Amino acid sequence: MEKKWEEMSADEKQEAMFQRWLSPKDPEGNDLKFQSPEAEKLYKENVTRIKDAIQLKKLPDRVPVTIIPSMWPVFYSGMTVQEAMYDYDKTSKAFIKFILDFEPDTHMGSAQFGPGKFFEILDYRLYAWPGHGVSPEHSYQCLEGEYMKADEYDALIDDPSSFFSNVYLPRVFGALEPFQMLPFLPGILEIYGVAFNFIPYGLPPVQAALKALMDAGAEALKWAGAVGGVDGELATLGFPQILGGFTKAPFDTIGDTLRGTKGIMVDMYRQPDKLLQALDAITPHMIQMGVGAAQMMGRPIIFMPLHKGADGFLSDEQFKKFYWPTFRKVMLGLIEGGCVPFPAAEGGYNSRLKIVQDIPKGKTLWMMIDQTDMVRAKEILGKNACLLGNMPSSMLNLGTPQDVKDHAKKLIDTAGKGGGFIMSNGAFFDHAKPENVKAMVDFTKEYGVYK
Amino acid sequence: MSGELVKLLSDLKEPEALAFVEKALGDGVDPADLLGETKEGMNIVGQRFASQEYFIPDLVFSGEILKGIVQMLEPHLKKGEEAERLGKVIMGTVAGDIHDIGKDLVVFMLDVNGYEVMDLGTDVPAQKFVDTIRETGSKVVGLSGFLTLAFQSMKDTVEAINKAGLRDDVKIMIGGGQIDEQVRGFAGADAYGKDAMEAVKLARGWIGG
Repeated sequence: MEKKWEEMSADEKQEAMFQRWLSPKDPEGNDLKFQSPEAEKLYKENVTRIKDAIQLKKLPDRVPVTIIPSMWPVFYSGMTVQEAMYDYDKTSKAFIKFILDFEPDTHMGSAQFGPGKFFEILDYRLYAWPGHGVSPEHSYQCLEGEYMKADEYDALIDDPSSFFSNVYLPRVFGALEPFQMLPFLPGILEIYGVAFNFIPYGLPPVQAALKALMDAGAEALKWAGAVGGVDGELATLGFPQILGGFTKAPFDTIGDTLRGTKGIMVDMYRQPDKLLQALDAITPHMIQMGVGAAQMMGRPIIFMPLHKGADGFLSDEQFKKFYWPTFRKVMLGLIEGGCVPFPAAEGGYNSRLKIVQDIPKGKTLWMMIDQTDMVRAKEILGKNACLLGNMPSSMLNLGTPQDVKDHAKKLIDTAGKGGGFIMSNGAFFDHAKPENVKAMVDFTKEYGVYK
Repeated sequence: MSGELVKLLSDLKEPEALAFVEKALGDGVDPADLLGETKEGMNIVGQRFASQEYFIPDLVFSGEILKGIVQMLEPHLKKGEEAERLGKVIMGTVAGDIHDIGKDLVVFMLDVNGYEVMDLGTDVPAQKFVDTIRETGSKVVGLSGFLTLAFQSMKDTVEAINKAGLRDDVKIMIGGGQIDEQVRGFAGADAYGKDAMEAVKLARGWIGG
């Protein structure tokens, strides 16, 4: 008899999650129909290669290769970012063509492009996007601010969910401002007075916000259909989507989203204890965000874009005190839930390698962005973790195919030695020469074979 | 008591530094002396950042303490007490890019090292750089950018400066997340710096100070 999920060890859960990734389902829950036996074989080989690279138990047949662009597929297809954010079907077709033209072993899907209409309906304020603060041909960009005030730590610590629904959402979505009036739901206890709690839902501004929420939901569904359709179509052709979901290091959640860079840095001095408490308070939520998504998608790898822990951003002492403890807890929680944390160490992580290697072996995948020394990363972090990266954006954009091949060779010879490495670009890029991207993929497939 | 404010500020002791200034003003200490100590304190912060004793949070926090001190001193200061600056540097994040953290660090470090910085902000059109060079006669221009789109914007900016006939009058440095020697060559800049300290070194080499 099969073991129940709750009774499985972390190892068994991870294995079960990989098996689910190896046996994808269609939206109705039936086994996915591949377009040909060759496509099915390709899909399974691709997933197995990544699994072997991550688990560090078995040498993969060759170094896996992927491409992780931000807006580049849009430019490659001749579209503007604005079109890509609003025309879901056209974007889906363009993304599929991009993958079929370059044939990486796996891809990160097309969710990063949209959905523009959804952001408009809710009047999203955390980002500027084409037509809303940036020009049509440019990528959306974050508008950092203090969406949580310095004196609101207690509210976040006491009840993170209510803080998000009643305080954060009304600030980042203009259309949801009236949610500031929403009731405190644990007040609904007895028949006496229940109805008082619902009065806000009768007020015209709240009703307008609820209407916006319903419209946004309908738009999100439409968009998700397109994005899911891309993953499904590519899977039937043999190209698996690598991501099961995403979450963040708690320090970045507070630093990027809630307090802003300056806010969190000043808090490290003025109210360090509150900050530490808040980091702890949101940790379980960050774990659940990843585990829940992985379960829903049937894929174990959970992306974690890292921002404010990079070299130079914090001292080692500050990293060890404020960043690492809860980041590590989130990774351990994900691993406990059968997931593979996939942190993307943006910037350099050279000074952090010794600290972050303290994680279970064969359970994580680290994207090392341009500026980390991959030879050292392999020596230190590579003992326990699979590394992914780190072809520089400048080389993909301005170099020649020969430059790319030379660099890829170096990476394969060093970081790729003995497995535990996935070839990829180092940072999310908007601009590149197609022949350079092609060279990275083709050369890895040829030269990266393990003998 | 001389030097105490320098130490409090450079050690990032916010409440103590503010209390010290308040008391000193009450005791009739010359605000210009306090301003001098404040500058010296910020200079030490800059040095500690350059030697990697301090990191970004420390720099950001020192800026907050500085703001507090200056607010207290301002009503007491006579006009025209601003110390002489070493030279002018124009800084901005290039067109299309709205990232400011890296650019702000460079502005900060140039400022505490004695340069007068014209901060043009983010998403700065090439023409704005050209106009500012003309208006100020600045000899150094710093272009910041985080996204790959910045490569082209930097090139466009350098070309606009060239077309305006100003290329020989200025030195241009570039920097930001993905900027390296290859991008410098592409953009036609004079140098690239990998961090804020290098920007200061470059400015020093070109302007002196």
